[in-house]
Amino acid sequence: KDKEEDESKEEDSCSQQNRASRKKNYQQKNSDGKKAGEEGSRQRERGKKAPTKDQKESENKEKKTNKKEKEGDDKQKTDRKNSTTSSSNSSDEESLSEEELAMLMEQVEQKKKLISTMRNKPWRMMKKLSVLREAQAFVEKFEGALGKGKGKKLYAYKMMMAKKWVKFKRDFDNFKTQCIPWEMKIKEVESHFGSSVASYFIFLRWMYGVNLVLFGLIFGLVIIPEILMGMPYGSMPRKTVPRAEQATAMDFSVLWDFEGYIKYSALFYGYYNNQRTIGWLKYRLPMAYFMVGISVFGYSLMVVIRSMARNANESTADGDDDNFIFSWKMFTSWDYLIGNPETADNKFASITTSFKESIVDEQESNKDENIHLRRFLRVLANVLIICCLCGSGYLIYFVVKRSQTFSKMQNVGWYERNEVEIVMSLLGMFCPPLFETIAALENYHPRIGLKWQLGRIFALFLGNLYTFLLALMDDVNEKLAEEDVVKNITHWTLLSHHNSSVGNGSTATPPPLDPADVPRGPCWETTVGIEIVRLTVSDILVTYITILVGDFIRACFVRFMNYCWCWDLEAGFPSYAEFDISGNVLGLIFNQGMIWMGSFYAPGLVGINVLRLLTSMYFQCWAVMSSNVPHARVFKASKSNNFYMGLLLLILFLSLLPVAYTIMSLPPSFDCGPFSGKKRMYEVIQETIELDFPLFVAKIFSYVANPGLIIPAILLMVLAIYYLNAVAEAYQRANAELKKKMQMQREEEKNKRNNKASTNPVLQDLEDLFTPSTKSESHLKEAEDKKIDSPNRTSPVVKQDKAAALGGSPMTGGRGTAFTLPPHMFMTRPPTPHVWAPYPGQPRPRGYPLGPVPGRGRGQPRY
Amino acid sequence: FFFFLLVYRLHGRYHEMAPNVVPMDYTKDPDVKLPMQLIINMPELKENPFRERIVESFSEDGEGSLSFNDFVDMFSVLSEMAPRELKAIYAFKIYDFNTDNFICKSDLEKTLNKLTREELTAEEITLVCEKVIEEADMDGDGKLGFADFENMISKAPDFLSTFHIRI
Repeated sequence: KDKEEDESKEEDSCSQQNRASRKKNYQQKNSDGKKAGEEGSRQRERGKKAPTKDQKESENKEKKTNKKEKEGDDKQKTDRKNSTTSSSNSSDEESLSEEELAMLMEQVEQKKKLISTMRNKPWRMMKKLSVLREAQAFVEKFEGALGKGKGKKLYAYKMMMAKKWVKFKRDFDNFKTQCIPWEMKIKEVESHFGSSVASYFIFLRWMYGVNLVLFGLIFGLVIIPEILMGMPYGSMPRKTVPRAEQATAMDFSVLWDFEGYIKYSALFYGYYNNQRTIGWLKYRLPMAYFMVGISVFGYSLMVVIRSMARNANESTADGDDDNFIFSWKMFTSWDYLIGNPETADNKFASITTSFKESIVDEQESNKDENIHLRRFLRVLANVLIICCLCGSGYLIYFVVKRSQTFSKMQNVGWYERNEVEIVMSLLGMFCPPLFETIAALENYHPRIGLKWQLGRIFALFLGNLYTFLLALMDDVNEKLAEEDVVKNITHWTLLSHHNSSVGNGSTATPPPLDPADVPRGPCWETTVGIEIVRLTVSDILVTYITILVGDFIRACFVRFMNYCWCWDLEAGFPSYAEFDISGNVLGLIFNQGMIWMGSFYAPGLVGINVLRLLTSMYFQCWAVMSSNVPHARVFKASKSNNFYMGLLLLILFLSLLPVAYTIMSLPPSFDCGPFSGKKRMYEVIQETIELDFPLFVAKIFSYVANPGLIIPAILLMVLAIYYLNAVAEAYQRANAELKKKMQMQREEEKNKRNNKASTNPVLQDLEDLFTPSTKSESHLKEAEDKKIDSPNRTSPVVKQDKAAALGGSPMTGGRGTAFTLPPHMFMTRPPTPHVWAPYPGQPRPRGYPLGPVPGRGRGQPRY
Repeated sequence: FFFFLLVYRLHGRYHEMAPNVVPMDYTKDPDVKLPMQLIINMPELKENPFRERIVESFSEDGEGSLSFNDFVDMFSVLSEMAPRELKAIYAFKIYDFNTDNFICKSDLEKTLNKLTREELTAEEITLVCEKVIEEADMDGDGKLGFADFENMISKAPDFLSTFHIRI
């Protein structure tokens, strides 16, 4: 026994030394090597040993009980006192009987469990340390006796790899979020203006992504091949500026109108040649042009619908977790990782905004006033708005009619020429605020109000769009008529040129006519393209100027004139502008519609749009942050911005219609564009099939295009849609049912708890302090433990403090008491759970010297 | 091993805060405590609205001064490896401002004011507090006991990700 005590002391001093060396190491690092040379290196060696030990201990903690057998043995291996301990253990082992062995096993298991759950206990570090130490000593002692272990190293390695992997994944996630463009910008806007404003910017970003893809498609497959491999500028009439325009073709005012050199560039439809293949690659440009035109629509449709479906999925996926909105916001919204004042400011702002959003939601759901009055008001508002829409529709119709008569007359004034545009922009300016005033009658939740507002303005703008289209159509028809005439003239000119050269009686080959001199048709496709590009550009400018004047100048004025004004500008009339979500979203959507419509006739349009979106992202972010104020009622954006997507889909469809119409039923111009010389644009496909594919493919196509096949296919699709719809409905119903059940269950649980709590509130109180892991113990035990625990917490005992200060290195001393308890003492103890109850309250036999190391105070009883 | 490194680093931090008070060598079991003022000025805690509460709930005497043991304790609970139950217990302590083992309305109000820097109106605060109690209070005593709190927090999706400090 004495020998063992000695050992323990030795061990303890050893560990102390270890710790000392560690501290010294630290000092060394800091104070640049007080001790140098051999001594230092030896210390380092020791320092290295200490961590390995620590590792064991920390892993001990994490270990589950099923690994129990393996540890002890390994521990012994690593132990410096390896031989002596094992010998003493083995001597004990021989004296054990079978029953005792089993008991021992059980105890060891319990200790193990304690060690593994040690982390989870809300004890003070000191208590943890002492309990841990004791338990470890016990386990260590007996596991060697009972078990054998292998694979410890493998396990450690695995743990390490798992940790590394987790860390890597986290870093990778961080990296990924950093890669999302403008994420920080949008987050910043969101934290100050709420998720509804941020939803606009997210939508803008999404749009930018889509446009980037379209841009890549068009540039990669149409424009770049044309520039690289097509005939160069000036080689043929369609690629040359006509003689009459050449003088002014480089003027800025001309270029600004997209005439002159820009008109005869690869940005527009008319520049492309109808040569079937170009360059050494035999690139089939007309075919590519057609396919890209189609696939722009195809891709957009696919993307919009896919994102709609995903949004719908998301909104159903996490729709049921709304039981604890406020609690979660209250207790989990602060991110404890934040250590940067700016981020913290943002976080405060965002938490406040999110609270406000939820409050608005809550107030809305609580409102139940006069329902009849509300209904009446809503009906009234809708009637008013429909009147407005009808009136504006009629006004547009009237103006368009008038403009047609004006266009036939000569010498009309500036107003008459621009009447349509003026009326349109006036309508666009005054109707939305009018709608907003009317919408105030309805008193909707702002989110729903926004949707209504969007829908109404959308309806208004549709009129705008369609008058524009009608005007274009008229234009096109005119151009078509004109074209027939020009066609003859061109024919005649070429012929006469030929004739004249022949008539001169010289050589058979006439001198080539300069391409700039050839009379040419109006090329309606390019006209349409130019029209749309102009509209887009002016739209961009108007948007930016509105932001600059309406928001920035106003904000500056309000801000700086407030000092010398007779009323409070900030609170009073002009004040700061709010961010106009509906207007901006609609602007974006209509702009996109224009892009879709125009991209077939002006391939360069998408490039302009990409630029526009890029600049407006930065510009609007800046404008919002610098000169707007948050809405009076900040509201949460709906989880899925499917409403925006729905509008986008609608506009996509609407812009698809005119393009499809022109492709299918208007003849292309005879002297410009990739399809010149064909009756219809789609003939390019037939041509490719006939010329480039084997015969049977052409046959198959002709069969497939048979109406007898198409009509059944459409029927089949309709049936499939019907079926899927029915299935979806059934699922929805089932979902609602399940939700109801869950709600009911929750209520039931609440009630049950209510009853329980009323019967035994004391128990409840006691349980509060403890983790689930200790709940298995009897409540008596808990009470006892609490009694002991609480004085510790409230009244600082000097000795305890001492010990606490000592515990600075929580695990190195772990072996200190390891060898102090003679092994056979444990066999006398019954294996009850009380044995491993919290240490200080535990009645334990102290017949043997515990071997407290002087001055460490760990093994000493605390009471 | 990781744990060792962590403690090593923590000691470095602890020492850094008051180099003349904290000894480098812990073998001579010095009785050292750092006052709250020093602790809450750590960059990790400086911006935290609950910094006083955090330090208080981890200090042994409840006054806010931390011994090194408490210090280690604090960061082990707030580390990523700490289990959810343990975090929940200390979160409960932190949000329990008046240390009566319940989160009652006044605690909630204090929490809310700290979170929003007192930018909400009085009605809004009462509304939110009422909502929280209504949502999370299972036993109907008008305040949140630990069982309520744990039940609520165990379902929260981002509790684990937000309630930790990296050091």
